[in-house]
This record gives sequence, C-alpha cells and structure tokens, in this order.
Amino acid sequence: MAHRFDSVQEVREGLRSVNYLADDGIAGVVFLADRLGKPVLVEGPAGTGKTQLAKSVAEMTGARLIRLQCYEGLDESKALYEWNYKKQLLRIQADRNSGSWSEVNDDIFGDEFLLTRPLLEAITADEPVVLLIDEVDRVEVETEALLLEILSEYQVSIPELGTITAKQVPLVFLTSNNTRELSEALKRRCLFLHVDYPQMEREKEIVVTKVEGITEMLADQVARIVRSIRQLDLKKSPSVSETLDWARTLVLLGLDTIEAEQAKETLHILLKYQSDITKAAKELAVD
Amino acid sequence: MLDLLSGFITELRNAGLPVSLTENLDAMEAIQHIPLEDREAFKYALGATLVKNNAHWRSFETVFEVYFSLRGPEYKIDGTESDLDDFFREMQEQMDQMRQGPGEGSGGAMEQLTAEELMSILMSALMNGDQAMMRALARQAVQRFAGMEPGRPVGGTYYLYRTLRNLDLDGMLEKLMEQSRQQVGGDLTSLEERLERDEYQDRIEKFKQEVEAEIRRRLVADRGAEAMAKTLRKPLPEDVEFMHASRDEMQNLKKALQPLTRKLAARLARKRRHGRKGPLDFRNTVRHSLAYGGVPAEPKFKYPRPAKPELVVVADISGSVAAFARFTLMLVYAISNQFSKVRAFVFIDGIDEVTDYFKKTEDISEAIHRINTEADVVWVDGHSDYGHAFEVFWDRWGKEIGPKSTVILLGDARNNYHASQSWVVREMSHKARHVYWLNPEPRSYWNTGDSIVGEYGTFTDGVFECRNLRQLEAFVEMLA
Repeated sequence: MAHRFDSVQEVREGLRSVNYLADDGIAGVVFLADRLGKPVLVEGPAGTGKTQLAKSVAEMTGARLIRLQCYEGLDESKALYEWNYKKQLLRIQADRNSGSWSEVNDDIFGDEFLLTRPLLEAITADEPVVLLIDEVDRVEVETEALLLEILSEYQVSIPELGTITAKQVPLVFLTSNNTRELSEALKRRCLFLHVDYPQMEREKEIVVTKVEGITEMLADQVARIVRSIRQLDLKKSPSVSETLDWARTLVLLGLDTIEAEQAKETLHILLKYQSDITKAAKELAVD
Repeated sequence: MLDLLSGFITELRNAGLPVSLTENLDAMEAIQHIPLEDREAFKYALGATLVKNNAHWRSFETVFEVYFSLRGPEYKIDGTESDLDDFFREMQEQMDQMRQGPGEGSGGAMEQLTAEELMSILMSALMNGDQAMMRALARQAVQRFAGMEPGRPVGGTYYLYRTLRNLDLDGMLEKLMEQSRQQVGGDLTSLEERLERDEYQDRIEKFKQEVEAEIRRRLVADRGAEAMAKTLRKPLPEDVEFMHASRDEMQNLKKALQPLTRKLAARLARKRRHGRKGPLDFRNTVRHSLAYGGVPAEPKFKYPRPAKPELVVVADISGSVAAFARFTLMLVYAISNQFSKVRAFVFIDGIDEVTDYFKKTEDISEAIHRINTEADVVWVDGHSDYGHAFEVFWDRWGKEIGPKSTVILLGDARNNYHASQSWVVREMSHKARHVYWLNPEPRSYWNTGDSIVGEYGTFTDGVFECRNLRQLEAFVEMLA
C-alpha cells in the first residue's frame, strides 16, 4: 500500500502548513501510524489539541474526517451500523402478495437497508478518510470491545451480510482524557501518544500563529506567564486553548505589554476556579 | 541490534512496565521505518509502541538513556578501550557531528580554563540560553569536579552531588537575577522579576539534567548497561512506598494522586449508577400503563439508592507515618462527594479534630499544611500514644459514632509500649457500621517490637496493608 508520508519531517511541515505546530513526538507518531497502519491513542490533559491533531491531519492529507463522539451508553447501532427497520417493513408489506419468502428474506438484508454509522462509514469509504474516535474513555469497558475488530483488522462483521473489509486503511485517532484506565486489549492495538502542555517556545509559536495581530513580544510574555502559572499547584492548569483565549483578549484590549495589574484582571480567562485565581494573583503580584 | 532491543525490553519489564509480545513486535517493526541515526525519533518510536501509560514514561526514559545513551571513548573514565557495539559507534558519530558543531571551538580550549573562568562562561551561557554551550560545559564540569574513578561502587547521585556542590547553582541564580536587573537599569516590576526567575530556574534545571545525563553516560561506559539499569531502576509512582519515599518521589506521588482521584471518582460514580435493578415498582408501572390504555407494556423497577457512608478518619501523624496519613487524607477529601460526610481527626499522643480545615478551603494542600502547623496533637512528649489518643477520642466524640459511620484508623500501631486501650476500638466496632485499620508497614513487620496492630486488629472489620498508592486506591474503592 502506498504510504502517505515519506519522512517525519514531511509530516511536521505538512502540519505546520495547516497551522498545527507539532513537536518531534507528535510528528513521529503520526508518521509511524501511517507506516504501520495502526491507530493512534492520543492522551493528555484537556485543551492541548488532541482533537485538533486529527482534524489537522485530515486537512493536511485532504482526507474526509469522520468523527465518532463517544459517550456513556454508546452502542453498536450508534457506532457501527443499524438495519433500517422501517424500510424493511415497507419492503415486506409491498411484497405481501407476490414473491416467495426466501426472496424477501434475501432482499431485506441488503446494502440498501443498512444504515451506516461512523465506524462502518470509515471503512467503506472510497476516498481517503481520517477516523476520529473522540473521548473514548467515556464509553464503558464492555463497549470498548466494539472497537477492537475495526482497530486491528479494519473490518466489521455483520451477521447477515458477512465481513466487510476496508477498501483502504484509514488513519485512526482515538482521544482520551484519561478519566479511566482503558483496557489492555485496546491499548495494545494502538500507538500511544501523550500530548502534554507544550514547552514555552512551542507555546509562544502557537500563540503567534493562531492569534492574529499579536506582537512577538506580547506572545513571549504570554507564554512565560502561562508557564509560571502552570508551575503552581492548581486545581486546573491553563490549557493551550485557554492561553489562546487569553492572548486574543489581550490583543482586543490593545495591549503591547502586560503589567501585573492587567494580568490580574484578566486571569479569569486563563483559570476557571476562584481558588486558583486568587492563588495565581497572589503569586504573580507578590513574588 | 536484536539482542540489544530484547535486553532493553527485558529491562523495561523488570522495571515494572507491562510490555506484551505484540508490543514487542510492533516496536521491532516501527524502528525499521525510522532512520536509526535520529535518536529522538528512535526514542519516540519505541515509546509509542512500548509505553501505553504516561506515568511509566519516566521509567522508560531512564532505561532508554542507559541502553542507548552515547557510549564512546571520550566517555571512558580512564583510557582503556573496550569493545563497542557497532550500533553505538554509528550513533555516536552522528551525534558528535550534531553536538560538536557550535561547541567544538571551545571544547579543546576548555581544558585549560580555571574554575572561575568556567563559572563565568557558564553564567553567560545560562544568561543567553545557549544550549550547545551548556552541554559542553556540563561535560567539562563533570570531568573536572565529579572525580569519577573507574569501578568505584558509588551511585550516580554521589557524583551529581559533588559536581553541583562545586558549581553553586543557587548562588548563580541570584547573580543572574542581579545581572538582569542591571540590564534593565533599575528595578524590575514584581511580575517581571518572577518571570525572569522562572526562566533562569528553567535553564538551570536543564543544565542540571545535562550534568546528570553526562554522569550517567560515563557510568554506563564504565559498568555496562545491564548493571546500570539495575541500580537506576526506580519503582513506578503507584508502587512507591509512603514510608520510604524521597522528596522527589513525594513530588511525583502528589502529581500521580490527582489523576488517580479523578479516575476513582468517575469509577465510583459509574458504579453507583449501574447494575442496580431492584424489584418491580408496581405503582410506577400502573401509572405508566395509562399511556397504553391500561396495558402494563413498560415495566418499571425500583432502583435502590444505598446511603453513602459517613466517614470518620482517625490518623496518626507522627513522623514515621505522617506522609501516609497526608496522602490518605488528601485522597479521601478529593473524593469526599462520594461520602455523605467526612470527619477527620489527627493525633500523636493528643488528638484534635481537623474537619474544619478542609471545610474552609477548596485547596486540600493548604488544609494539610494547616494540620501540620496548627493542629493540637501533642499531649506529653510528642511520641505516638495510640491508647491515650483513642481514649480522648472516645470521651469527646464517641457518642457521634453511629450505625451509619465507617471509622478508618490510620497508623502503624507502634505505641511506644504505652497502654493500648483497645477497648475503645471494641466499643467503636459495636457502634459503627465498619471499623477498618490501614497500616503503612509491610505485613511482615506487624506485631514486631512495639507494634500492636494485632491487638487492635481483632476488634476491627479488617486490617489492610497500605504501603503504596495502588493499595490505597484499592481500599478506597472497596469502601465507597
């Protein structure tokens, strides 16, 4: 099978061209995922660009993004496929007088009556796709088993139809916020990628690329303040998306440099708990 | 190469990482797609295929460093040549080209510098954040100050200490701050000062890591990877013993605690919601049958809602078990919404209630800090006296223990040969729903010396060994 990328460098530059700044680890794992034909399990704190990674990869390769949002109670009929009962019923009623039983029976379990859900859609697609299984830690352990077949063999077995195998191997990303331990079986089938808060230099770059009209200097200050805040012992450290929100706010306020006073007043964009805000304000002003 | 990798994987397994056969095969396949001379890519390829839990990443890094760190003639402590793996040699050359680019000119000259000159170069390197220079300096510093001797059986930390003592990095930080103040001309605002300090601290931290890596490299060259891996092997955060954790390990434990509580809370909430189908709820079924013209088409069931337990934690916070008590309290309070009420008492030989400390603040670590400084727990001499503490507890708060309460007693039950007053525990177990005892000591130490956990234990519903986070987590899950 043809590979999508030639080198890690290519992945990296490709992602950069769609405004996603990947570090070596991220680019390397995406490259390997393509080469080995394995899904990537992306884990990390909220708001560090896990979902965005899948979107950006789709954009970069010009593939269609198919997204399965996981939640508690997700089941086969929402994730894989479902028979279109109403249509089947209509078909039977229309045929009431003519045709033999076996004819109808063969008929109503055909492609025509199959409703594809994201997973099945991803492997039956003709064009290249990127499959994103978002927040996989939200489904119950038992439901995880649904994913196993598709993740390792890229196929779906439907009792009435047989096994449907993928026409092309899609790039698969699973994201997890780590609210529970995923099962060994699932982990084993995936490449693991932990996306943490970025290094200061990278965060600064991200701010510069994503926020319009920000000066280099302000971006630098923003990144440095955020790094300092992350070192504190907080309930919830500011995420990258919150950093971006904050930077945008500062630009809207027309600031070129941040004084302690302004930082303090806008802290609530960065931090979402009152106790965190008080703590950070204290640390930044006094120390 | 294959041998090297399988040795590496064996060592990972020894360090406690679960590496399955398929993952092993994946790793083998992955590295075929990666240019071997790219060390970072190589590391990530192995990491992505072998390590599936972020908490294990540190252990992986250590083992990786040891197995694939750069071994070469210039890292030899003395001049003797030993056989080198071809793979390493190849890697070595690649890395040398990369690293010696900027640092080369100074590399040779550095030998002749005096210590003062070395320090001033280091300072300017830190000032400018010059990575290549810092790396070269780290090498030089280790060579000069660590005084490493081949075959000497001391750990890497000893050499690290010797090197850092000579460099005086704390003083360096102050000097750097002073200099940047001068650069701006006048005083920095408090915010700027804070940021500058963080920046320099970060750089110094990086320099320290360079020094550490350098020492490790030399040790590996001296002793071989297998031996080094064994000495460097660290337990995973969830296996670190509370009673013997170093300061660093404590920090890691604290970090590990937060995601753990999140997971625990999610799991408990899920447990409460699921798997509870009670008997048929007749009234509800009839009410819903109206919609179907009186046909009970949709049976309704009663969902039993078991009461959340009321928790009373009584913890020994004397020196030896303080860390354990702290972690248990933190864990319990982090998931306190799983309990209808949590009350906390701490004692050494006197006892004090500390529930209020937790109520007043959202910040658990602040509450813990207040416990350490404000709680009135010393009665006579500040040595554990379980008997007296329990007696006072029963006197003052005993009547508040009821059939809903679950009492958890924390401590090693080393009573310094005081009277045990174990009748208190017996009375407690009569009144309370459950009484549990958590002991941070290994089971084999129980009832040795002045430990009388057996005597207390007979009156409780169970004594649990709680030496590490893993065991503590298992207990809390059972409880809620």
